[in-house]
Amino acid sequence: MAEANARPENQPAQPESPPARPETGPASSADANRTPTDRPARPKNQPARPETDPASSADAHRTPTDRPAQPENQPARPETDPASSADANRTPTDRPAQPTDSPAQATGRHQPTDSPAQTTSQHQQPTDGPAQTMGRPQQPTEHAPNQLTQAEHNERAAGSKRATGQDAQTARLEVVEVSKSFGAVAAVQGVSFALYPGEAHALVGENGAGKSTIVKMLAGVHRPDTGTLRVDGSDVDFAGPGDAKAAGIAVIYQEPTLFPDLSVAENIAMGNQPLTRTRQIDRKQMHATAERLFRRLGVPLDPTRPARGLSIADQQLVEIAKALSSEARVLIMDEPTAALSAVEVERLFAVVRSLRDEGAAIMFISHRFEEITALCERVTIMRDGRHVATELVADLSVDDMIRRMVGRDLSALFPKQQVTPGETVLEVEGLSREGIFRDISFSVRAGEIVALAGLVGAGRSEVMQAVFGVDPYDRGTVKVHGRRLRKGDPRSAMAAGMALVPEDRRQQGLVMDLSIERNVTLPRARKLARLGLLFGGTERAAAETWTRKLQTKLGRLSDAVGTLSGGNQQKVVLAKWLATGPKLLIVDEPTRGIDVGTKAEVHRLMSSLAADGLAVVMVSSELPEVLGMADRIIVLREGRVTAELTRAEATEESVMYAAMGQEVAA
Amino acid sequence: MTAAPTTLNRPARKNPTKNLLKTRELGIVLALALLIAYTAIDNSRFLSGQSIRDNLLNTAILAVMATGQAIVVITRNIDLSVGSVLGISAFTVATMMSSNPGLPMIVAILVGLAVGAVAGLVNGVLVRFGKVPALVVTLGTLYIYRGITYSWAGGSQVNADELPRHFLTFANDSLLGIPWLVLIALVVVGAGSLMMRNYKVGRELYAMGSSPAAAELAGIKVARNLLTAFVLSGALAGLAGVLYAARFGTVDAAAGSGYELNVVAAVVVGGVAVFGGSGTVWGAALGALLLTVIGSALAVLDINQFWQQAIVGALIILAICADRLVAVRIARSLRKRDAHV
Repeated sequence: MAEANARPENQPAQPESPPARPETGPASSADANRTPTDRPARPKNQPARPETDPASSADAHRTPTDRPAQPENQPARPETDPASSADANRTPTDRPAQPTDSPAQATGRHQPTDSPAQTTSQHQQPTDGPAQTMGRPQQPTEHAPNQLTQAEHNERAAGSKRATGQDAQTARLEVVEVSKSFGAVAAVQGVSFALYPGEAHALVGENGAGKSTIVKMLAGVHRPDTGTLRVDGSDVDFAGPGDAKAAGIAVIYQEPTLFPDLSVAENIAMGNQPLTRTRQIDRKQMHATAERLFRRLGVPLDPTRPARGLSIADQQLVEIAKALSSEARVLIMDEPTAALSAVEVERLFAVVRSLRDEGAAIMFISHRFEEITALCERVTIMRDGRHVATELVADLSVDDMIRRMVGRDLSALFPKQQVTPGETVLEVEGLSREGIFRDISFSVRAGEIVALAGLVGAGRSEVMQAVFGVDPYDRGTVKVHGRRLRKGDPRSAMAAGMALVPEDRRQQGLVMDLSIERNVTLPRARKLARLGLLFGGTERAAAETWTRKLQTKLGRLSDAVGTLSGGNQQKVVLAKWLATGPKLLIVDEPTRGIDVGTKAEVHRLMSSLAADGLAVVMVSSELPEVLGMADRIIVLREGRVTAELTRAEATEESVMYAAMGQEVAA
Repeated sequence: MTAAPTTLNRPARKNPTKNLLKTRELGIVLALALLIAYTAIDNSRFLSGQSIRDNLLNTAILAVMATGQAIVVITRNIDLSVGSVLGISAFTVATMMSSNPGLPMIVAILVGLAVGAVAGLVNGVLVRFGKVPALVVTLGTLYIYRGITYSWAGGSQVNADELPRHFLTFANDSLLGIPWLVLIALVVVGAGSLMMRNYKVGRELYAMGSSPAAAELAGIKVARNLLTAFVLSGALAGLAGVLYAARFGTVDAAAGSGYELNVVAAVVVGGVAVFGGSGTVWGAALGALLLTVIGSALAVLDINQFWQQAIVGALIILAICADRLVAVRIARSLRKRDAHV
């Protein structure tokens, strides 16, 4: 907490005050050492870009909370820093595996979108670090895109390696020309990259780009159709997850995979429990291990409690403890931070960095670019199952990454339309629930997007669930269009025109095994029914209208919702509620775990819905989203409203200050 | 928000799992105590040595089968074929003993275990590799095993006078005053409990029942463990067949018909969750004891025997309701504790 608090206020002071971040210790400083050579392009690039550029400004917005020191750090570091030069020396051999002749490479090379911004950024690249000179020879050619240089450099690197006959370092994990198809769908095609010991490597791409398939192949869940996986230079063939585990690969999946009935300690130890001499499970030691891991992670979980009922964030932390306990040499994290607060993310990163510095290879998948730049040295970009590029993170701006992931420019990430608000739709007065939230009052008018901001656990979702009637409340009133709603009665809330898109779409928003059409029509099955019977035709027609409006990518409407990607599932949830024709839409974390492309679509959708006169309440943990989308922002802290900010007043700092309350001042 | 300074000071939590298990099995013990006390007040002979002995002997066979069933149910499966496995094992052993009266008891037991193990293996293979739900597979094998026994027996039966004496007296012989049957049941329940509680394979079986998908991802040898569970259930049903033959002497093709429902009832009443992941073997054994005692108590209390079935049914529903209630309450308390507010 202390470290996070310190940030917004005294950013410049950061580099000089190492005591402020005690847990990160050597790991973070090592990382910081690497920073100067790794990330020269970014700050200097900034001015070249228009200030309205959504992606970069989004990144800039988030900087104070998540990744404070980096840009400011730079001048403070000596360029001859031994760590950084060591890192730089490693760079060329880091990328030998990239096949210069792969089709993905070729398409990447002729990418039409590469042109203007790309070239500018390249031109601006300073040649101050050794990495720069070696990693990227100056390219005078005006229109040579990045990859060409890269390819040349690869050949050169490979050549020099052959010449000297020495390999600086064997890849801990190598993916060579791997392909995997499911039926007719080619999920992954000819992807190659390598993870080196002591490296944090990001894997990015839109949902459906094949990242999760790669993860599952590395985890031993799927077997590649063609291509090979290598661990420490020798080919491996995983028959199951057990084999991958035995090879030292630990995976943290997007969805926590805990055993709800077993204790947290057992969850962590499962598979390699400590045994006594009689081969019984040594519970004492098991609990001690769990406690030690939790202390290292800085989480106050009781190892003996069952995993059932843990919050998503805590579940994720148990997963991380699990990976730590297995002494993994390769740690693969598939969006581990989606449910974590900024402080928890920072703590996780501290642990991951220390693992990395102990020689583990880290593969990190995230949709949050500021996390990638904060944690990773290199990034592999995938699109439509193909490898697009593997680059130093420092060589790519967030814009570059997005452009390559999406294959097109994202015109606007937060396309908020200006709307003159209409009459008041929702009025909440003095809403309280013992121990959860107190005295919450706010109102929402038609055409307005009101965001509920605050840290994870501040009570935002709980407030909205009480407003909708899913959760009870003790005192206060909820009025829709001036009429008071009965408490604890979602049905009357729905009748009054309220719709709630819950935070956890898998658990609360969708019936995963049911078809898409069924899911869309579920809340109003009664209305669609004729004489109490549901006919497929009406259902299908209704579902088709809405899925088309939201541009949901799907095979057939009769497919199970569980087969869709996360972003499209979210669209189905939205379609489900929009089909009820609501006056007030409550969306809880509307874009969690969704790729940038879909995110922008969801944002555009919300904006146009508001423009059509819908009142929208959005609960979001992503500050850029809050700042970009909301007309007004209500900040909650520990169950109370600490600020109500207009769009003009709201800044990253003002929201964070209100969200953290007096602790910032302390 | 897990703010480091505040949350680290959060007091260490008590262990809800243990409390939960305590309440679960404690409920059965309480019900049992009440039932025995009430019946004993009504008729003091209910506590006589012979009566206790009968109850224990009747429980023994059910408890052995309940042990195997509990293991299977914990993995989120079910074995409905145990009654038929008991039948085929009892008939096999009885036929063998009547034609080879010289064989020692231990051989009979081993043969029974082997017959059951094979039957269980078939179940397990079909469930795991045929990807058919256990309910369907074991319902099928229930009829198949029974059919095999019928066609083999062809209407004949093995009578007590055809069986060797040492085989028949085994049921009534005791060691240190405890009947062999009861001793075997105790050993089986004890070993089963120990395996499920303290050994790796046991915990993995719980894990598989708790979250099958996560178990696969955790690298647990799901196939091997599942086969183990079904083989154990089958083998214990086979063992129960031997005990059945020794205790009742007369064995026909219908031996053990309908037993599977008693066994499942015992397991459920004993607090094993039908959807896997929780419950204990000794809880299931307690459930078996409770069901047996209810049966004999009704006789002592001179209540129509037909009520017994209704009472067992009510108990099952009660057990499941209590289970739900406890689970909901615990979930709520856990969530409350987790709300970082």
